[in-house]
Amino acid sequence: MAVDVRIPTIMRPHTGGQAKVSAEGTTIGEVIASLVGQFPGIAGQIVTPDGALHKFVNVYVNDDDVRYIGKLDAPVKAGDVVSILPAVAGGA
Amino acid sequence: MLQLTDATYSRILGHAYDGLPMEACGLLGGRPGGVGSGAHASVFYATGNDAHSTKVYTIPPKEHLRAERDAEDRGLEIIGVVHSHTHTEAYPSPTDVRQAPDPGWHYVIVSLRDDAPTLRSYRIVDGNIAEEPVVVVADR
Repeated sequence: MAVDVRIPTIMRPHTGGQAKVSAEGTTIGEVIASLVGQFPGIAGQIVTPDGALHKFVNVYVNDDDVRYIGKLDAPVKAGDVVSILPAVAGGA
Repeated sequence: MLQLTDATYSRILGHAYDGLPMEACGLLGGRPGGVGSGAHASVFYATGNDAHSTKVYTIPPKEHLRAERDAEDRGLEIIGVVHSHTHTEAYPSPTDVRQAPDPGWHYVIVSLRDDAPTLRSYRIVDGNIAEEPVVVVADR
C-alpha cells in the first residue's frame, strides 16, 4: 500500500529537503523500512539499532499514535498519512 | 531576530499565567527567517503540558500534529516552541538545550519569576545558545 509520509523539518536533509514522501507497506514497520530504503540516512533518526521506535519520535497514522495501535505492527492502508514528529520537551 | 504579532505575544503571556502553577507551553506558527530578515510568528498554538509539572514540559504529540496541519493549511510552518519558567529566569536550562528538537527553531521562554513577565528568544544549535532580539509588531 502506498502511503504519504510527512517528514519533520529536522529530518528533511535526509530526504533531499522533501517534506512529504511516498512509502510502501502494510504496517508501520514496513513503511519505515521502505523509507529507510529510499533515504538510508533517516534510519538513525527514527529507530534504535535494535529496530524499535525511538522514544523521542512520535509517529502517527492519520490521528492515531502508533504506540497505542501496535507500534511497529500498527496497520496502514492505502491513502493513510503517516506523520513523523520529534518529541518536544524541556524544563526550567 | 523573531517578530511576534501583538496577538501572538498577548496569547503567549496569557497562556503562561493560565498554566500556573505548572509550566505552560505551546508552538509558534509563522514564517522562518531568511538572510537579512527575521522570522515572523503570527500564530500561537497554546497546548497542554503532558508533564503536568512546575519544572518540565512536554508538548502533547497529538496537539503538535494538529498544529502542524493547521500551519500547513495556512501556508505557514511551525517555527518554534514557547514555554514558561515559573520561578527561574527566561534562559534555556540544561534540559532545554539537551532536548531541543530542531536547530532551525526559535526557543521562546517566558519567566514569571518577577512581578512583570519577561519574554526572551533563543536559537539552540549543537548545544550552543544564542539569544536573539524579539520585536512585537502589529498584527498583519
